[in-house]
Amino acid sequence: MSDQVELLLQVNGAARRVEAWPLERLLDVLRHGLGLKGTKEGCGEGECGSCVVIMDGKLVVSCLVPALEADGSSITTIEGLGGEAGLDSMQQAFVDEGAAQCGFCTPGMIMAANALCQGGRTMDHASIREGLAGNLCRCTGYMKILAAVRKAGGARP
Amino acid sequence: MRANVSRYDLRAPDGLTEALHLVSNGWKPLAGGTDLMVLLEAGKLAERRLAGLWKLDELRGIEVGDETITLGALTIFAELRHSPVVGLNLPLLASAAAEIGGVANQNRATLGGNLANASPAADAAPALLVYDAELEIVSLEGTRRVPYHQFHRGYKEMDLRAGELIARIHLPNGRGRWQGCWRKVATRAAQAITKVSLAAAARVEEGRIAEIRIAYGAVAPYPLRCHRMEAALRGAALPAQLPPFDELAPIDDFRSTARYRLKVARNLMETFLASLA
Repeated sequence: MSDQVELLLQVNGAARRVEAWPLERLLDVLRHGLGLKGTKEGCGEGECGSCVVIMDGKLVVSCLVPALEADGSSITTIEGLGGEAGLDSMQQAFVDEGAAQCGFCTPGMIMAANALCQGGRTMDHASIREGLAGNLCRCTGYMKILAAVRKAGGARP
Repeated sequence: MRANVSRYDLRAPDGLTEALHLVSNGWKPLAGGTDLMVLLEAGKLAERRLAGLWKLDELRGIEVGDETITLGALTIFAELRHSPVVGLNLPLLASAAAEIGGVANQNRATLGGNLANASPAADAAPALLVYDAELEIVSLEGTRRVPYHQFHRGYKEMDLRAGELIARIHLPNGRGRWQGCWRKVATRAAQAITKVSLAAAARVEEGRIAEIRIAYGAVAPYPLRCHRMEAALRGAALPAQLPPFDELAPIDDFRSTARYRLKVARNLMETFLASLA
């Protein structure tokens, strides 16, 4: 048995306090504790990439991160992209290319694609495919997703 | 059935000594969580008290000496994959690290966790066997070293006693000059769990195999160093004949069949030996 602990997180640039069980999944803290439903749960075992977020600069599967480890960390979810002015350039590229059908994988795809582009690596076709290998989409056949990432990735410095 | 997380306790010790106290009192070490959190979610994590190791920076990182490269047990696969030192001197490990899962798992999963989880299909294991890795194991009683090829003793059975943690992995420097291969065969090219894997490396002199190391994943109850195969090939003239495969003991399971695994294991060896000639 354990007690709930109070976590202090930086989520999308704002300090948030939230109660959680130490071994609760970061995914549940985000969705249920903080009401950020943009991060999706697909497989719940680290295979599908629907729940990926950026934690302290690294892309992680939030279904496999214990809440206690996230204490004190800085987290970016899909809700943290873009702002009042509009969509983030990756989000806009997904819209422009029609890179979503059911949309369930889209938050994870965009988080993974952003992590890939910020790595400063060459955004050739192979590296995009490899960088998104951990994100499954069951609708699109991937081609429009790859096109969107190429478009947004190529537009970045 | 999902686990009730309120029934589990998780603590994050600030240093190694505190972690070893917890572990010696029966707390299960939790490194990157990419195996244990999956068990938790499936309702199959038996241990109710876990010691999260993420604050133990002393168990992270890559140190390079003239003779030896030392990898902290908590070094993540992303770091192994992108480290120029690992790429140059331990290329089979760098290749395995790049294929062990998607980026988001490579950012979490640790080398020590991969070994202590003791899956026969562990992707880092064959490379470590080929490189004659030695494990540095710590407990409150002190430190001991175990040659990695003696670490696994049966399915999920290891030379790791209650109260012990894998702290570091020591590997010889200079093996990057051997001719090597890492091949992982799975359902798809990306982020799938291994059906059969092969790590092998040889030093070729004047058309003969002077030295050779061979290790397979997922063809035995644990990652398998193939000493008999090596003995058959040592000194062999190139092109070399296929060695005996009687050390392999693959099984049928939900991931593949014994027949397929043995066939692929032979094909991978054939390809490796042809690459030496």
